[in-house]
Amino acid sequence: MKSKQQRQLFYLVPYGAWLLLFVIAPLFLLLFQSLTSANGGLTLHNYAVYFGSGTYLRMTFNSVWFAFLITLITLVISYPMAYLLNQLKRKQFWLLLVILPTWINLLLKTYAFIGLLSKTGTVNNFMSFFGIAPQQLLFSDWSFLLVAAYIEIPFMILPIFNSLAEIDPKLEQASRDLGANKWQTLRRVILPLSMPGVKAGIQAVFIPSLSLFMITRLIGGNRVITLGTAIEEHFLVTQNWQLGSTIGVILIVAMVVTMILTRDRVKKNTRK
Amino acid sequence: MKKAFKWSNLYLWFVFILLYLPIFFLIIYSFNAGDVMQGWDGFSLKHYVELFADTRIIEIVVNTFLIALLSSLLASILGTAGALYIYDQRNRLIKNIFLSLNNILLVSPDVIIGASFLILFTVVGFSLGFASVLLSHIAFSIPIVVLMVLPRLQEMNQSLVAAAKDLGANNWQMLSRVILPVISPGILAGFFMAFTYSLDDFAVTFFVTGNGFSTLSVEIYSRARQGVSLEINALSAMMFIVSLVLVLLYYVISTRSSKNKKRGTRLVTPATEGL
Repeated sequence: MKSKQQRQLFYLVPYGAWLLLFVIAPLFLLLFQSLTSANGGLTLHNYAVYFGSGTYLRMTFNSVWFAFLITLITLVISYPMAYLLNQLKRKQFWLLLVILPTWINLLLKTYAFIGLLSKTGTVNNFMSFFGIAPQQLLFSDWSFLLVAAYIEIPFMILPIFNSLAEIDPKLEQASRDLGANKWQTLRRVILPLSMPGVKAGIQAVFIPSLSLFMITRLIGGNRVITLGTAIEEHFLVTQNWQLGSTIGVILIVAMVVTMILTRDRVKKNTRK
Repeated sequence: MKKAFKWSNLYLWFVFILLYLPIFFLIIYSFNAGDVMQGWDGFSLKHYVELFADTRIIEIVVNTFLIALLSSLLASILGTAGALYIYDQRNRLIKNIFLSLNNILLVSPDVIIGASFLILFTVVGFSLGFASVLLSHIAFSIPIVVLMVLPRLQEMNQSLVAAAKDLGANNWQMLSRVILPVISPGILAGFFMAFTYSLDDFAVTFFVTGNGFSTLSVEIYSRARQGVSLEINALSAMMFIVSLVLVLLYYVISTRSSKNKKRGTRLVTPATEGL
């Protein structure tokens, strides 16, 4: 018994130190920072500023709205993709091809879009073949949505693919035997059973979309200010860490709410 | 029926082209004789020559890989210790608390991690630079290693450990002769994941890097804001090759170690890092 305690302690000391220093302490400090004023006193002033200002509330609403749009676009593209991938023969290989782009540095992918979308860039050149005059594509809401969705698509495909792959093919056959057509099978059998994957995908896309900050600069030209951009600005540009932390706390709350909303309730029901 | 099948293939092709177009676009233009990402002026390797003559970029690449290697090594050790602790913990409540705490850094947005680490380093009085970036990378890699090692521990045959104990093995012998060899594929997978997380990270590094020190992502960010330079394209072509090799290695490791199991659909991606 003593040897087990020794062993546990040996593992706990480094791991526990990490938990304390880099998980608990930073979150606590962030919360604490949001409750202080510039000269150190405890105050709710930052929250009053945040909730009292139309700009901050509008920014938050905008950020949520854009995250919603990004999630919707990726979902619409990814669900059919995951469904079709699942019917291929060597699906693991094709799935790997979907995942491969996520291993390429994000900055590089974003950088590619600067070349593609710039005023004299490839897309505009291509359009001019059809007699369409060069448009300002970069630094618009659309380009921001496009690039953000591009980056998030694999993270949506993967969980949906996994949940589709787990569905027993017999269920589909049974549904067909019982006279359901292809569409009915999809809507009544496949879709409900793949909901856990859809929820996981929404979680994996919505939360990062709220905190995007580099793309808003490079592609969105600061037209779209997300919660992430606001935090970055307050910390690294205006040096108002107190208010930055306040927005950080808001972002954490938004994250927790998203996770609760997309929690998997299906499992609980079947456990009865 | 046949027509519907064709449509579905078309869609698959469409999404795949969409996914790879920007990447190949970058790589193709790295061979452009001209200096911008538009118009094709002929084939040339001059941007690669420029790249290798650019000592600042070379230094940053070396730094980036050094950080990735050191942080993933240390995170593998600490993460394995964490996984062993959680596995050994018999109290369900404590076990769940540790698991939830472990996952906090995995689900938090990078901006939050970066900002809160910045506060931490400032409060403690730690100067920003190589060490702060390294510590941050270790910190956000540990939970990944834990998550990769824990399933291996749970799959491990309990009688192996019991037998070792009966035969008089002490803690250290049990760990080094029995447990570690069994869970080593998990540790290796965790190491690779941590390595790619570290290479890929932008947001956390951006917050804690200070003035003097820079990693590749941060450097590309600051250069991209000034305008396009095809040297970056040459760099991305090389990074693409590196990622490709890493993915293949990881794929070989993960498929080899799960061969005896039923072939699972479990494949892991780096989370939506650093957006």
